[in-house]
Amino acid sequence: MPKLTIDGIEVEVPAGTTILQAAEQIGIEIPRFCYHERLSIAGNCRMCLVEVQPGPPKPAASCAMPVAEGMTVKTNSPMAVKARKGVMEFLLINHPLDCPICDQGGECDLQDQAVAFGYDRSRYTEQKRAVQDKYMGPLVATEMTRCIQCTRCVRFAQEVAGAPDLGGVNRGEHMEITTYVEKAIGSELSGNLVDLCPVGALTSKPYAFNARPWELKKTESIDVFDAVGSNIRVDARGNEVLRVLPRLNEDVNEEWLGDKSRHAIDGLRRQRLDTPYVRKDGKLVPASWQEAFAAIAAKVKTTSGAKMAAVAGDMADAESMVLLKDLLTALGSRSFDCRQDGAVFDLSNRLSWQFNSGIAGIDEADAILIVGSNPRWEAPVLNARLRKRYLTGKAKFALIGEATDLTYKVDHLGTGPDALKAVADGSSPFAAVLKAAQKPMIILGMGALTRKDSAAVLALASQVVDSCGLVKDGWNGFNVLHTAAARVGGLELGFVPGANGRDLEGILSGAEKGELDFVYLLGADEIDTKRLGKAFVVYQGSHGDAGAMRADVILPGAAYTEKSGTYLNTEGRMQRTARAVFPIGEAKEDWTIIRALSEVLGHTLPQNTLAQVRDRLAAISAVFDEDTAVPAGKWGAFGAAGTTDAAAFESPVKNYYMTDPISRASRTMAECTEVYVNGNQKRKTGTHG
Amino acid sequence: MLQDKDRIFTNLYGIQDPFLKGAQARGDWDNTKAILDKGPEWIIDQMKASGLRGRGGAGFSTGMKWSFMPKEVGERPHYLVVNADEGEPGTCKDRDIMRHDPHKLVEGCLIASYAIRAHTCYIYIRGEFYREAEALQRAIDEAYASGLIGKNACGSGWDFDLFIHRGMGAYVCGEETALINSIEGKKGQPRLKPPFPAGVGVFGCPTTVNNVESIAVAPTILRRGADWFAGLGRPNNTGTKLFCISGHVNKPCNVEEEMGIPLKELIEKHCGGVRGGWDNLLAIIPGGSSVPMLPKSICDDVLMDFDSLRAVQSGLGTAAVIVMDKSTDLVRAITRLAKFYMHESCGQCTPCREGSGWMWRVMERMSQGRASVEEIDMLFDVSKQIEGHTICALGDAAAWPIQGLIRHFRPQIEERLGRRAQAAE
Repeated sequence: MPKLTIDGIEVEVPAGTTILQAAEQIGIEIPRFCYHERLSIAGNCRMCLVEVQPGPPKPAASCAMPVAEGMTVKTNSPMAVKARKGVMEFLLINHPLDCPICDQGGECDLQDQAVAFGYDRSRYTEQKRAVQDKYMGPLVATEMTRCIQCTRCVRFAQEVAGAPDLGGVNRGEHMEITTYVEKAIGSELSGNLVDLCPVGALTSKPYAFNARPWELKKTESIDVFDAVGSNIRVDARGNEVLRVLPRLNEDVNEEWLGDKSRHAIDGLRRQRLDTPYVRKDGKLVPASWQEAFAAIAAKVKTTSGAKMAAVAGDMADAESMVLLKDLLTALGSRSFDCRQDGAVFDLSNRLSWQFNSGIAGIDEADAILIVGSNPRWEAPVLNARLRKRYLTGKAKFALIGEATDLTYKVDHLGTGPDALKAVADGSSPFAAVLKAAQKPMIILGMGALTRKDSAAVLALASQVVDSCGLVKDGWNGFNVLHTAAARVGGLELGFVPGANGRDLEGILSGAEKGELDFVYLLGADEIDTKRLGKAFVVYQGSHGDAGAMRADVILPGAAYTEKSGTYLNTEGRMQRTARAVFPIGEAKEDWTIIRALSEVLGHTLPQNTLAQVRDRLAAISAVFDEDTAVPAGKWGAFGAAGTTDAAAFESPVKNYYMTDPISRASRTMAECTEVYVNGNQKRKTGTHG
Repeated sequence: MLQDKDRIFTNLYGIQDPFLKGAQARGDWDNTKAILDKGPEWIIDQMKASGLRGRGGAGFSTGMKWSFMPKEVGERPHYLVVNADEGEPGTCKDRDIMRHDPHKLVEGCLIASYAIRAHTCYIYIRGEFYREAEALQRAIDEAYASGLIGKNACGSGWDFDLFIHRGMGAYVCGEETALINSIEGKKGQPRLKPPFPAGVGVFGCPTTVNNVESIAVAPTILRRGADWFAGLGRPNNTGTKLFCISGHVNKPCNVEEEMGIPLKELIEKHCGGVRGGWDNLLAIIPGGSSVPMLPKSICDDVLMDFDSLRAVQSGLGTAAVIVMDKSTDLVRAITRLAKFYMHESCGQCTPCREGSGWMWRVMERMSQGRASVEEIDMLFDVSKQIEGHTICALGDAAAWPIQGLIRHFRPQIEERLGRRAQAAE
């Protein structure tokens, strides 16, 4: 551990640390533009120059210079200050200084550092450079004259996103950052470019000219568009969510966020259910809460519990699910399901549905088998983590399922269960790779677990775990990658069929045949609503989507930005959303709707506050209790041996940009679908539409 | 003055046959095996003892550079890269070596590669050197055909392959790490150091990058002995050197001379003197366009070697002497150089990318007299803000000519700006 002195403070850091990192540890901030913790070091902005002794009599780039024993670093010596001011002046001579009309204003590194480290005026009187703007797709707006050529975006695209579409062309002062050629950035993580850009060259297109950062109320929350549970910050002004940014969480999303999670939020303003509706003479008409509840009560009074069922959707919070289950249980029903896709797990053992190694476990894994999943579309942030591991060269990757470009190379073993069988019985060469690995991992996607033969597939996967030693001391490499934010929470609190209860298929076929009279859809839109037959359908949710279309009574609920809800991510990690804005119109927080309904139905639930609901959750499972550590479960064999179908595994996500009621209502996501999924790259001009 | 018997490049002017037969007649490839048989350590020690300093401009000890390579070949192979991207304005020494004496280079490549334990060598040749690349390729083909290189080169048991990589003519690709990037097929931008190429070079492997001249003189040094080479020139500035003299002299030429020859003697003896006599001299750029110019008063008695020129705030660089007589518009001349460096800046580091264009614009106005006297100080300050603040030396190279001009010819600039101001009144 070399010892060095920075500005008179002695510090001891591990060998290989850079001066800039060492300074950060003792709270000395060295300004920088091109340096970013998660990207390779470019060392080209020259803002972080410091004086280093011993060494040549010129300043050194602290972002790239490793520390050495006995080094003396001065970050504020006349040499360093002069160098920094010089660089700052150079950066600004060709910068347009159009801060008043720049979206970055107020959160711009260039602005901040110019104030802190620059001269108070410029000596440059020549013509400034102007650069043509580039097309980078529907999410990233460009104003390339503002670019300071730090190449963070280029390095992000190449290293993290795995989309080599960005690059620098030309030389010297004519150097420009561009896409190759005039194309949208082919990545689900392109929104992060906007965060990375230290100036206003790359800004968010959907957010353009919407607000200044100081006008926004910032709420720390959780993303629910996939099962990763990325940590986000919701920025709202008044009662409108204007943007979503990622929040640092090393164990979950690091500091990245998928484009859907970031940009689908305009869907929160469209297609919203803002008042209760009751179907009268075949038509849905707006009603008061009392009328809606009365309509439900009238039906419930004449229906036996056995003829009732409930389905929870992919974005339902644990609080509303547990209350709904309690209410219907009190009414006598046992038919619940939170699996809109009919996924198969061993419902008695949470190890069968969790991402057991943890997302951070990917950083340690040395052999990774992906089965029936397209993580690039099902969980882009997790996919970036897989790519990060791939780039270290320390892990071998194999894929069973559709052959798609995952941004890293995989050994494609096959498309269907037969290939998995070959790994299980050791005849596939990858079985030996898994066996030899210290920390082997299987990632089982919903493409494998939502089939007719999924019980057998699960059994095969379980066999792989046993035969290849995926579970060992301190390591559990059996990982399930979910696609729905609500799923693990629903499974954990038991929103699954009780004794003699029906599962999703049973509910749908029962309703179709008229065996069920009453179905409660808690934000469930991904089921085949045509199969609900003549059943009386209550839809509680935020958006007018498939479920609401079929409903007899609509209860308007809150979207994830409008309530504090508990979600378990695919790892089983409990996290909570926070209310950033109030629900729209008459809409209410979901658990309060069910609580109020229970009173009308004569089975008043005992919970009166959110804290009481959460106590109820904690009573069901310690996973919901943040104060209690949950002991690691015991591994067992899952699934049921059986014959498998040779058909290929297919990822359930056919279009990353539209997977749920919110993203389907989003105009931005519609544009992305047009560009990325339909491949219509034509740049729109002023005469279009 | 260098005696003919001490000349290394005996066919510099292409009077004799440049290819194998002629080269062998001149002593090249004479028992190369015996040199190789003495082992890498001996070769490196001899090179160190000879005091040869790199001929590409920076003047770093060649033997020392070779000794930085790992002593054992690990998992990664070693490479030798020869920098034949001779782009410094005023310089044309490597071109004549490759045209007229390519076998010296080829033999040097073998010996140097052997010394640094590389089986492969790339010669990165400037794209504009089309005929030179042809001549070099012919020499390589001859050497392969005669078993001098290739498998079991010269019967030494060492396998050696030599490839030519043709560049696209970017000045910055003459910087060793940009050159490495370019060989790898990447954009020609210098890399951060550390890591140095001896640790992580071409394709991530240990690499030594040397100038053509440094490599081409190695066989002769080893044959005639380090003492012979060290006996020429002055201490720490030993040996012979190719000088390229251009500009306002009666007979511009390339000439091999002893290090430390007085600048005046070099010009008087080999170039027929300055046009219009020595007193007509205004200034000389002694080491290629990137080093600061020297006024006549210094040129009168300065010696042409690394340390002497450094002492007068200039440098030997590539030893490309650009002579300017009193008919020269110095401001205009340096403006042209400023434009060159603006054009050739790779655009990676802020100071060079932004500053080189700024300096050119100010220079352009100054050369027309459209500037104020205060701007001279500002220009000097801007050049100081570039110098030493960039990844590679191109930033320094852009700053130095302007600094040299202001340092020595400030009155002339002021006079020009003043004239313009007077005319305006």
